[in-house]
Amino acid sequence: MSIRAFLYSLPLIISMAIFILLWRGLNLHPNEIASPLINQPAPFFQLPDLYRRKEIVNNRNLLGHVSLLNVWSTACSACMEEHDFLLMLSKQQSIVFIGLDYKDDTHAAKLFLKEHGNPYQNIAVDESGQTAINWGVYGTPETFIVDKRGFIRYKQIGAITPEIWEKTLKPIVQVLADEKI
Amino acid sequence: MKIFWDDAFRVCSIALLLVLAIPAFASKDLYPFSTPDQQNRFYTLTSELRCLVCQNENLAESNAALANDLREQIHTQILNGKTDNEIIHYLVSRYGHFILYRPPLDASTIGLWAGPFLILLIGIFYLVKRAQK
Repeated sequence: MSIRAFLYSLPLIISMAIFILLWRGLNLHPNEIASPLINQPAPFFQLPDLYRRKEIVNNRNLLGHVSLLNVWSTACSACMEEHDFLLMLSKQQSIVFIGLDYKDDTHAAKLFLKEHGNPYQNIAVDESGQTAINWGVYGTPETFIVDKRGFIRYKQIGAITPEIWEKTLKPIVQVLADEKI
Repeated sequence: MKIFWDDAFRVCSIALLLVLAIPAFASKDLYPFSTPDQQNRFYTLTSELRCLVCQNENLAESNAALANDLREQIHTQILNGKTDNEIIHYLVSRYGHFILYRPPLDASTIGLWAGPFLILLIGIFYLVKRAQK
């Protein structure tokens, strides 16, 4: 009898399982692709600085402190939206902001920063977009949290809002800031 | 009158040929290769890789700027003598398995590969049991 009862309830069990699976699917974000570079050394890069074209920005700029490498462009509206918040954050001393100006009109970029303020310590100019590919970037804005040894520890896809910062990014940065080199 | 129609026909056919020739020229100039083999590898690779921005298009068909840059990257790597495996390995190390339309067989995808066969086996088992009754 119990086997019979089990067999009769089988369709219900199976449809419940499918229901749960599909329900879960509603809350997934297929646009956010997990980066395989987490906990890996930051990929090599070497690019001219936006303001001092003869200077280069490279992996050395990421060493010795926790850095936020922010991929942005003046052509990206979400980047423009997060800018004010990044500017505010950059005034907290423990984080170094490195900008990666992605396939941008550098003149427009300078103009924008002059008008709205510059949160970045250095801005690397990625004219071809090939450095961004090497970092697994597939859209702007994206922000990498890089530890003191130059390892990528987290990747934020999309704009940094105050909520995302408080809930997700700030705790990670705090843990990394306490790490010994 | 006959001469007029002959000329008109000639002009039209030349115009048509020119129009038809444009895409051929365009595709040849965009990604030049030294051997047809390299060209074939390029087309096979780009059709098996996903455009990460549009997600339901492959790299060969997508017009997204990133797809364009990735095609450029693949083109350069092929010209630099990289093998298909090396190129795929590079892209997976940057973008993860999501970039592949054909997911590899590993612990996280075993259900995907084995699941249908498992269900088929259960079905066969059930049918056999029923037939025996």
